[in-house]
Amino acid sequence: MIFPDQEANRDVRIGVYICHCGSNIAGKVDVQDVAAFAQGLPNVVVSTTYKFMCSDPGQELIQNDIKEHQLTRVVVAACSPLMHETTFRKAAAAAGLNPFYVQIANIREHVSWVTATRDLATEKAKAMIAAAVERVALHTALERKQVDVHPDALVVGGGIAGIHAALTMANAGKKVYLVERDPSIGGHMAQLDKTFPTLDCSACILTPKMTDVKGHPNITLWAYSEVTAVEGFAGNFTVTVKRKPRYVNEDLCVGCDECIEGCVFKDGRVADEFNAGLSKRKPIYKPFPQATPSTVVIDPEACLMLSKGKCKQGCVEACERGALDFQQQTRYEQIDVGAIILATGYQTFDAGRMPEYGYGRLDNVLTSLEVERMVTSSGPTDGHIVCKDGTPPKSVGIVHCVGSRDKKHNAYCSKVCCMYSLKLAHLIKEHTGADVFNFYIDMRTPGKGYDEFYDRLLNEGVQFVRGRVAEVTDWAMTPEEEGKLVIRAEDTLIGTARRIPVDMVVLSVGLEPQADAEEVRRIFNIGCGKEGWFMERHPKLAPVSTFTDGVFVAGCCQGPKDIPDTVAQAGAAAAEALAMIDKGFVEIEPNTASVDADLCSGCKTCLPLCPFTAITRNEDQGVAQINEALCKGCGTCVAACPSGAIQQNLFTDEQIYQEIEGVLEYV
Amino acid sequence: MKYLYYPGCSLKGTGRAYEESLLVVLPRLGIEVQELEQWNCCGATAYMAVDEMKAFALAARNLALAEECGNGDGKPVQMIAPCAACYLVLNKTQRYMREYPEVGKKVGDALRSVQLQYNDHVRVRHPLDVLTHDIGPAKITEAVTRPLDGLKVACYYGCQIVRPFADFDDQHNPQSMETIIKALGAEPIDWPLKTRCCGGSLTGTIQEAGLRLSYILLQEAKKRGADVLVTACPLCQFNLDSYQGQMARQFGTSVNLPAAYFTQLMGLAMGIKPRKLGLHRLTVPLEPAVNARQGALA
Repeated sequence: MIFPDQEANRDVRIGVYICHCGSNIAGKVDVQDVAAFAQGLPNVVVSTTYKFMCSDPGQELIQNDIKEHQLTRVVVAACSPLMHETTFRKAAAAAGLNPFYVQIANIREHVSWVTATRDLATEKAKAMIAAAVERVALHTALERKQVDVHPDALVVGGGIAGIHAALTMANAGKKVYLVERDPSIGGHMAQLDKTFPTLDCSACILTPKMTDVKGHPNITLWAYSEVTAVEGFAGNFTVTVKRKPRYVNEDLCVGCDECIEGCVFKDGRVADEFNAGLSKRKPIYKPFPQATPSTVVIDPEACLMLSKGKCKQGCVEACERGALDFQQQTRYEQIDVGAIILATGYQTFDAGRMPEYGYGRLDNVLTSLEVERMVTSSGPTDGHIVCKDGTPPKSVGIVHCVGSRDKKHNAYCSKVCCMYSLKLAHLIKEHTGADVFNFYIDMRTPGKGYDEFYDRLLNEGVQFVRGRVAEVTDWAMTPEEEGKLVIRAEDTLIGTARRIPVDMVVLSVGLEPQADAEEVRRIFNIGCGKEGWFMERHPKLAPVSTFTDGVFVAGCCQGPKDIPDTVAQAGAAAAEALAMIDKGFVEIEPNTASVDADLCSGCKTCLPLCPFTAITRNEDQGVAQINEALCKGCGTCVAACPSGAIQQNLFTDEQIYQEIEGVLEYV
Repeated sequence: MKYLYYPGCSLKGTGRAYEESLLVVLPRLGIEVQELEQWNCCGATAYMAVDEMKAFALAARNLALAEECGNGDGKPVQMIAPCAACYLVLNKTQRYMREYPEVGKKVGDALRSVQLQYNDHVRVRHPLDVLTHDIGPAKITEAVTRPLDGLKVACYYGCQIVRPFADFDDQHNPQSMETIIKALGAEPIDWPLKTRCCGGSLTGTIQEAGLRLSYILLQEAKKRGADVLVTACPLCQFNLDSYQGQMARQFGTSVNLPAAYFTQLMGLAMGIKPRKLGLHRLTVPLEPAVNARQGALA
């Protein structure tokens, strides 16, 4: 909607509307007294109160007055503008007034809720309203600009969150780029054996979706690629994607694996990332049998040809299609998209950071992810859970909360560990018949069918010891402990310290933000909390939006969550992105800053301060300029400009000074 | 390099051998130490258990005196506190004065009554920290004239050095003593009990319990092939060395494992005369064990 500055030359005629907010305001503020006071303020034509100004009758009251009294300005004294500023702006606009002629005086959060006595509250409310009245007289009509939205979308991260989001948007007819850093999509879910609490096979439910991605006409899958730069703004992003060389031509390779057989190394040489390092892979490899795309990849550091420049090249000989290409280089592609969904996932806590648990020091102390790989039939031990000597364990201890709920590491609960520990306990018992001990702080099993699963485990004879594990040691105090791993823990239910000897210890490691989350967040210009998880716009009401319009988050990059929650969030993020794309345009709030080129000295002070990278320097004129579409109106540059060359709509110096005058004059 | 030196009561009493060996070893590595004048009890053990605030005040007096020794270059005064208990209490006092304004105020008032003040400008250092970080293993190796090749050493830290305040080493699997022992040419054994309780003052109160804890340590070190055990705490050394006869009577087997200060082993490797290192004060002699290993190699 365009609002021409039609009222600019008319007299300022202000209506003041004081809300009771039930008893929230009226209980503390003498609203009638305040209304009478406001009536006497300059330019105020009408001043009245109402029980709930935000209700339909309340809004109609304002709208009728605008028409009846030819109001040109409206002051609403009510709750925080965060709650209802939009409501009243819309109401004014519907009555033909430019919405930016509305000013809110917050007499609830700033007055009635926080002031000691009725008299003080009433006086403060008067001062606040006086300030709003003085200020609103100087408001100018502003217009919201509209910018077209590019219909394509980008999804970053090919775990289950990214896969689900990409498929949802692609099924809605949008062209989607799915960028994944690893050689294959699938993420952590592809590494899991079973999923809790239903125990359905993780690969069986995931791989069909991976295949759908590969075959979808609307999805461009770029695996082994990373986003390196994002420019532009909501609806119009230009994204640079780095496509790392696979040294195998994706168009020619059919994933037959003959080259892997042909490699001069007969056995694996490098720790296999997919198997959590439990096996070795060759320099030329496919991460796992169902890898998507099925194109093989060459690790340039391990490959003799690429690292030393000399090799018999058994792989080249083996490939009938001539797909190997040692000359491949890193490529950069630029794409334009309207919306971006970040689904970059998590990493697991490095158990070596808790040396008291012996990981990396003591044999048969494993992480949950390692055991997950062991128990998978296609894993490094063909589905057998075995100790280092190849024998199955007779007893296993599962230590919960490794790195989680621990102020020394991560204070938060990683949310999934209790449930996956139960799942592993079940699988270990099923596969080996071992005695299984779970050491937990609290069992956290909220979710559909989750507590029932816990109950099932209790009945399966898995033992539960409530207490944080102090240490895992190979120090034997008794002959029975000889050669075992001894778990020392306080059993808080029976109030004693226990030593429980076991053959294998599983450390249920927590979830952490990706190591490069900080870098990624900078590229996409979004925020993150103190732990490093990407920050949603509102924890309850905007859980997949971010403070950068057009960039959405899904899955564990926003915080630990299980697969059902991840998929739900991915669907939500896709829906939000689709809503934005299908609307066709984005509206830009007019509370942006602008540079007066005559006053700007070109000192560049403002450039690094802008959290939204909205300011650039016009090199021809030697002055700063602000991209209105990127500016969020935070005001940082306005305050910092040493020449006073930057002004912000709705917050001009005059408006702010007049507001201060208003407070001081009427206190 | 110059450091202040806060000996504490043990290093002048039961732990004399620690002081003797430390003060001959450090100069060999270019470290000059100057004993803090007018020092008093650090506030450990009974004080800390009965009245924390008095303990803080005692410790703070030492810190205030140390701060006065600063040369005004704006850098914190570096003070070596070799006794584990002193090290802990001095660090704890600093931490509490910093983090609990009430403690800071009360202790500050106490100091003012004797015309002292403390402005958090002292860094309390353990010799293990100084030797591994300020000197480094390469320099230690340079000073070695009689490498302890093949000698298997159990490094024992005790409970107080790395927990909870030390920031120079890992709390659960410390490695600084191992670094030094390796620099001497010896071989530290890997064992899980290096920060477990030695019995502490239980040997004086509930002796049966105290002896048992000490015995567990010695047994495990021996089981894992240690020729000697070295420590950095006077109370640990006393418990582990002096009571081996009683342990033998109580548990029926004799351990016979030398339990010395790590500085004594350093001194031996540097060719310093045993008497200067206070080796004659040990109940279980160190030299025969070292010589036996060296003899076996030769």
